[in-house]
Amino acid sequence: MTLLKKYRFSLMTVVILTILFLINREMGIRAIRVTGYSFEEMISVIPPVFILLGLLDVWVPKETMMKYMGETSGVKGIVLSIILGSAAAGPLYGAFPIAAVFMKKGVKFSNVLIFIGAWSTTKIPMFLFELSSLGTRFAITRLLVDIPGIILISYILCSLVNRAEVRRIYENAESM
Amino acid sequence: MSSYIMYILVIILLCISYFKDKKKTKMALKKAWKSFENILPQFIGVIILVGILLSIFNAELISKIIGKESGWLGVIFSAIVGAITLIPGFVAFPTAAMLLNNGAGYMQIGAFVSTLMMVGVVTAPVEMKYFGKRLTIMRNVLSFLFSFVVAYIIGKVVGGI
Repeated sequence: MTLLKKYRFSLMTVVILTILFLINREMGIRAIRVTGYSFEEMISVIPPVFILLGLLDVWVPKETMMKYMGETSGVKGIVLSIILGSAAAGPLYGAFPIAAVFMKKGVKFSNVLIFIGAWSTTKIPMFLFELSSLGTRFAITRLLVDIPGIILISYILCSLVNRAEVRRIYENAESM
Repeated sequence: MSSYIMYILVIILLCISYFKDKKKTKMALKKAWKSFENILPQFIGVIILVGILLSIFNAELISKIIGKESGWLGVIFSAIVGAITLIPGFVAFPTAAMLLNNGAGYMQIGAFVSTLMMVGVVTAPVEMKYFGKRLTIMRNVLSFLFSFVVAYIIGKVVGGI
């Protein structure tokens, strides 16, 4: 029963996929092909991310993370969050489990959000790819606008949530 | 390519960890599995949803609507498409380049690329599991709005409007 509840959302998408297939075969086949392709991507990206997480959780002491990215880390913490997020590979959903471990380790909330922002837009492998397909001007302009943008968004978000909500999110991360 | 680097890095780190402390390594792997299993149902759902959406919004349909003359309406439309689709970068950038060659405007492509990366409507269920509903919605809305700034600047600098 709990298993059914846990997979409710996935089952729903399978039902939609089946309906799409029955309505329009061609579209259904295309959807299945894209899904298969995404699964392949997920399988190639996700295992190392989670193993890295496990290692990080076990080996890096909370004090170390707090020192470099915690409440009092200042500019150093911001820069480190951007670098860590940018060095990553894989789609955005890979960033959330890492963010959870960061919270467990006492990383400042604004830095967690900056990390998510950096992961979403300034990833170095993606940047190189963007450079070659859309041109230097496009890629560099976007990068230069995005870096202040993700810091700004992070601070706006921080000012919009209250202490209790942040604490709840941290407690939730503890249980993930 | 970049996933190979991740694998090599992780294998090296695992070896070092195992060499230093077997028990801790085992614990790390256990934790890795636990957090993976925790989020797996959302992952599966999201991936299937992406497949469905991409089969509906294909490249021809998109390029028809976001031409150079489409103006802010085209920008809004591309931002929405970018926000709801989740295309891996190595597909998205060549697609964006192709759209540009087929007459899409820089501002529109700027909005598309920006929301594609920063806003994740289909990944929101995963995000909510970690950050809760309110923060997830706020982050995505703010990122969506910010993408218009990005689009405008790219339009000005690259497209020369």
